[in-house]
Amino acid sequence: MSEPSTAQVSAVERIKAASRLLRGTIVESLADELTGGLRADDQPLLKFHGSYQQDDRDLREERRQQKLEPAYDFMIRTRLPGGVCTPAQWLALDAIAGTFSNGTLRLTTRQAFQVHGVVKQDLKPTMAAINAARMDTIAACGDVNRNVLCNPNPVASALHEQVYPWAVKLSEHLLPRTNAYYEIWLDQEKVAGGEDEPIYGPTYLPRKFKAAIAIPPINDVDVYAHCLGFIAIAEGDRLVGFNVTVGGGMGATHGDATTHPRLADEIGFCTPEQLLAVAEQVVCIQRDFGNRVERKHARLKYTIEHRGLPWFVEELTRRLGYALAPARPIAFEHNGDRYGWSKGSDGRWHVTLHVESGRVFDQPAQPAAPQLLTGLRELARVHRGDFRLTPNQNVIVAGIADEDRPQIEALLARHGLDGFRTRTPVHLNALACVALPTCALAMAEAERYLPRLVKRVEELLGRHGLRDERLHVRVTGCPNGCARPYLAEIALVGKGPGRYNLMLGGDHVGHRLARLYRENVDEGELLAALDSVLAGFARARAPGEAFGDYVVRSVTA
Amino acid sequence: MSAGTLGTSLAGLPSDGARALLETVRELSQEDLTWLSGYAAGIAAGRATSRGAAARSISATALATPPVASEPAADAPVTVVYGTHSGTSRGLGERLAQRLTAAGANVRLLRASDYPTRELAKEKTLVLIVATHGDGDPADDTRALYEFVLGRRAPKLPGLKFAVLGLGDSSYPKFCHVARQLDERLAELGAQRLQARGECDVDVETVAAPWLEQAASALSSSSPAPAAPTGAPARDAVVIPLRGAPPAPPLATRAQPAVASVLANQPITARDAGKRVVHLELAVDEAAVPYQTGDALAVWPHNPGWLVDEVLSSLGLRADEPVTRDGRELPLSRWLTCELELTKLSRSLLAAVAERTGSAELAAVLQPGAEGALRELLARDQVVDVLQRHAPGWSAAELVAGLRPLAPRSYSISSSPLAFPGEAHLTVAHVAYRNARGQRRAGSGSDYLARAALGDGARVFLEPNPGFRLPAPDVDVLMVGPGTGVAPFRAFVQEREVTGATGKNWLFFGEQHRRSQFLYQLEWQEAVKRGSLHRIDLAFSRDQAEKVYVQHRLLQRGRDVYAWLDGGAHFYLCGDAKRMAPDVEAALIAIAVEHGGRDEEGAREWLAELRAQGRYHRDVY
Ligand code: SRM
Ligand SMILES: Cc1cc2nc3c(=O)[nH]c(=O)nc-3n(C[C@H](O)[C@H](O)[C@H](O)COP(=O)(O)OP(=O)(O)OC[C@H]3O[C@@H](n4cnc5c(N)ncnc54)[C@H](O)[C@@H]3O)c2cc1C
Ligand SMILES: Cc1cc2nc3c(=O)[nH]c(=O)nc-3n(C[C@H](O)[C@H](O)[C@H](O)COP(=O)(O)O)c2cc1C
Ligand code: SF4
Repeated sequence: MSEPSTAQVSAVERIKAASRLLRGTIVESLADELTGGLRADDQPLLKFHGSYQQDDRDLREERRQQKLEPAYDFMIRTRLPGGVCTPAQWLALDAIAGTFSNGTLRLTTRQAFQVHGVVKQDLKPTMAAINAARMDTIAACGDVNRNVLCNPNPVASALHEQVYPWAVKLSEHLLPRTNAYYEIWLDQEKVAGGEDEPIYGPTYLPRKFKAAIAIPPINDVDVYAHCLGFIAIAEGDRLVGFNVTVGGGMGATHGDATTHPRLADEIGFCTPEQLLAVAEQVVCIQRDFGNRVERKHARLKYTIEHRGLPWFVEELTRRLGYALAPARPIAFEHNGDRYGWSKGSDGRWHVTLHVESGRVFDQPAQPAAPQLLTGLRELARVHRGDFRLTPNQNVIVAGIADEDRPQIEALLARHGLDGFRTRTPVHLNALACVALPTCALAMAEAERYLPRLVKRVEELLGRHGLRDERLHVRVTGCPNGCARPYLAEIALVGKGPGRYNLMLGGDHVGHRLARLYRENVDEGELLAALDSVLAGFARARAPGEAFGDYVVRSVTA
Repeated sequence: MSAGTLGTSLAGLPSDGARALLETVRELSQEDLTWLSGYAAGIAAGRATSRGAAARSISATALATPPVASEPAADAPVTVVYGTHSGTSRGLGERLAQRLTAAGANVRLLRASDYPTRELAKEKTLVLIVATHGDGDPADDTRALYEFVLGRRAPKLPGLKFAVLGLGDSSYPKFCHVARQLDERLAELGAQRLQARGECDVDVETVAAPWLEQAASALSSSSPAPAAPTGAPARDAVVIPLRGAPPAPPLATRAQPAVASVLANQPITARDAGKRVVHLELAVDEAAVPYQTGDALAVWPHNPGWLVDEVLSSLGLRADEPVTRDGRELPLSRWLTCELELTKLSRSLLAAVAERTGSAELAAVLQPGAEGALRELLARDQVVDVLQRHAPGWSAAELVAGLRPLAPRSYSISSSPLAFPGEAHLTVAHVAYRNARGQRRAGSGSDYLARAALGDGARVFLEPNPGFRLPAPDVDVLMVGPGTGVAPFRAFVQEREVTGATGKNWLFFGEQHRRSQFLYQLEWQEAVKRGSLHRIDLAFSRDQAEKVYVQHRLLQRGRDVYAWLDGGAHFYLCGDAKRMAPDVEAALIAIAVEHGGRDEEGAREWLAELRAQGRYHRDVY
């Protein structure tokens, strides 16, 4: 595709080009006291620094009538390859939640932390506090490589020590090189010219880029939902390389058939030493051929669909100077988390806790309810291992010595952190994106609706004798798909206030897309539809057949 | 007889028409004459300002007088307005605007949030392209226009030709709901529909393409209608049927106030602000309340019902007991609600109670030398507290005789009569709190206004403020108005924009918190964007550890403040008299010392000189 003339490229491309490597006028915007927000052109640039300007959408209309601007504040997202952080880093984020943000921590579907509700005058102090804990937020958002996923709790736990470092190397290898982040947030002096972006170039990528590393037999990272995937291949406990997948992605736009989710294609095998080169060249192909005119068609999945997989493999081979070896056989069993205690390597233990929608907060009003924020703070003060966030918005307290288990168990019980013991499988496997009130793009509720939805689905399951059925339900507030809904057996994708598209038919390993079953329905309609399908499932399922498989086999839309 | 010749003929030989009019005038009653002078002055003023920009339209009085004809719009533009969330409607708006410009039509394309609703009444041709969102709701940018057109204040639109294109998605229950409502409402207001409403589904083009085609050809072929609106006489014929015309309301006075009906009552502090400020819009007859920017509106309040009940129950009195005072007999509750002061404590009330009850404690406080105790009592308690403690046994008659008459409360008018003819806006801090004993207390005037419902009538009259007028249009103004002190400056900026004044405007505003108490934030942001507010400095005292007030910002900007004043700018101060006003004056003195090269004494003279030249204006309360 010829280089589009500047007139044609999308507005964001023009903003990036003029931004002097992501500086724009962010400093001036921060100083503007007339508004709690940034200037329009600085908002897309802020994403590259790891933050989104948002406002409390519950109050937006009320404030407009009060002649007040929206209640602008900022979400900040950390870069945390493979979701691993130390207790000290957890305590630093906990302190930030208490002072600068809305008092909660949010674990994301990309194994990272988000804090919400930081006001403009606190942006710099919050970024500085994150950096003081030796974490950063660079490229947590924006048209660059996002947080690199890595299975935090592989069955063969020795593999984590071998695979996780590759997630860190991949993340650092694809970091933007601009000094803007350090100048704006950490007051480091301006670099005297000579700055460039060897991999990304001056306007970075046409759109976000996502990479994930899976360790069979668990596909918790949902490797087929990402632009670039690496599937670890081991001989016994030894890592020998990775199958490479490209062109996955979830986002779509209602009513626009040219946008759709896509599962990644497997294109071969590479050794660990080849990983960084393969990743870099895939990024460069997307940099050069991604659609910079229409952001809705800019992701790698569209670039591959537009030009064909064979062209992509040929281009990758040409740039690498060698062809990838043939892909090795792999098998995934499920993409959920392994709750409760599991044996780590070198005699240590991990315990995986269930955090509903990844929201870590206390419920002061109901002391009996789980006090996740306080509980995990107490844990972080005594724990000598590390914390690992999971792609299913949960947290694993990892590397617990035998003698420390009783103390940890006591803390879990005291603060209600052991919900995983009593909750139903459908509750444990349910995911929801953030949506309202902070997400600017939400059309319907998700995180705030999940508890009610899970109760309704549990009632339906109970009615059909399926109470302990392992069902994957995922809800998002819009079709962007932040909780990877299109891979779920039951997916609710927001369409308007209280209205969803009901999609059915995903599987348990994240390798089949759900299909639209009911369009634009409210709760009553979607529960009625589910009730009838579940009734059929209970009656006519093959022995041990999963719901998603049954739907694909026997239910037409 | 054209109006223009009357003036010259008066000076020279009166033409026949003028002579006949003069005889009619000579026979007028005193009342008709005062009304006629007001009316003629209004036209004169309207004529003066209409040369600037918006013609001042005399609101409908008892007389059928055609509005003062503004200049015939040379080539009234076709206005295309789009309301969008995700940009589709905007694309269609741009396409139509390009087609019309190419065909030589005079077009303006505006986003719905940028369309000044007050221009709707004068609009000639309007195309609306609006998407429906939420659950049959307007997109965010369309809300203000949508509420105006569907609201009670939408004007009749006989002179408007319109067409509406709706965008929607038929899988939603309320398909193209916003387009339907606007289309039907505009027709209901008397506007003439150019073509049937279009309703685009998700495949936008199937309806949009033919609809835009039809609109483009209809609007570009017919040259815009000649200036004379159909129906109204082209010339400005002044018809004054004086005989038998019901007298227009006279100038409202304290004794004979006008009734102003509430058009809007909107809190403008956020729900978590910790204090409540309301923005009121009142319909006021321009002849009864001919206010100018900078004036205040006096309001006769009613005491809150719960306060009247508390007084009645604590004194064991009946609400309907008739009581006579100064020859008037009214039920007790009516005296306490509308006639007598139950809140604002005064020295004279304390003296009356002391004298009637012989209370030694009260007498002591009123002694000379006890000023401190008196000041503390006046600030802490209200009349109701004094009654409960010192006059529990009073009869209804004693109560009515002992209390002071209820006084009207003044509020700076926060709208310009040129920007909002026939309306007066107020910015009222709602005084409501719990006293030391946990009892509910409120301010009579501010509570009355804060709880006023749409359509309620408030009795008002004008309180002119001649010392607080805008200077000549080319003179810079420096406005310091923390809290509700910002009210008159909203009117200042509105007026200077409507009249196209070239002088620069600089506002200093302050409150406790930016996020919840930045009064009229959106309007100041718009004014800065439109260039009608040139500088704004803000002081939010509790958003950081140390307290920051407007005087601190003045000092920080001292060099430029002094330069502006040295260059002839006028300085305006409005708001709290007790603490803020003296602090600001001290800041001005310090600025004159630091940047004016004066000593303390010289700086005081400089300020006094500013005051003498009429360039230093205060409206503090
Ligand atoms: C927090 C998180 C959901 C969660 O509940 O965990 C999230 C939250 C948001 N996503 Fe996402 N996305 C999150 C994972 C995803 C995923 C899942 C994944 O990456 O495995 C996807 C689908 C995979 C994909 O990208 O195809 C996803 C696809 C999107 C899209 C659609 C992108 C597209 O290609 O069309 C948007 C909108 C956009 O980028 O324009 C988006 C935009 C957003 C924003 C930032 C809304 C915005 O752009 O203003 C949301 C912030 C809401 C808030 O208030 O916090 N988010 N987002 C996840 C944070 C991930 C992280 O730590 O980096
Ligand atoms: C020219 C002019 C312009 C004005 N413009 C405005 C304006 O634009 N906006 C505006 O809001 N006001 C304005 N005011 C002030 C307004 O006139 C009233 O004084 C104000 O609204 C309070 O009157 P009220 O009737 O509500 O309270 P009142 O009935 O007068 O009661 C007030 C009394 O309540 C007591 N009290 C109040 N608060 C407390 C407390 N926290 N603790 C203990 N006791 C308390 C005090 O004894 C006080 O004297 C203006 C005044 C003037 C003279
Ligand atoms: C969250 C949401 C809610 C919507 N609600 C309605 C609706 O209630 N009625 C309707 O006719 N269309 C509805 N729509 C469809 C939009 O009107 C349609 O997508 C239109 O093309 C958007 O135009 P715009 O891009 O100018 O905003 C909705 C769209 C969204 C995203
Ligand atoms: S799926 Fe949509 S609503 Fe949910 S967080 Fe992502 S962008 Fe927001």
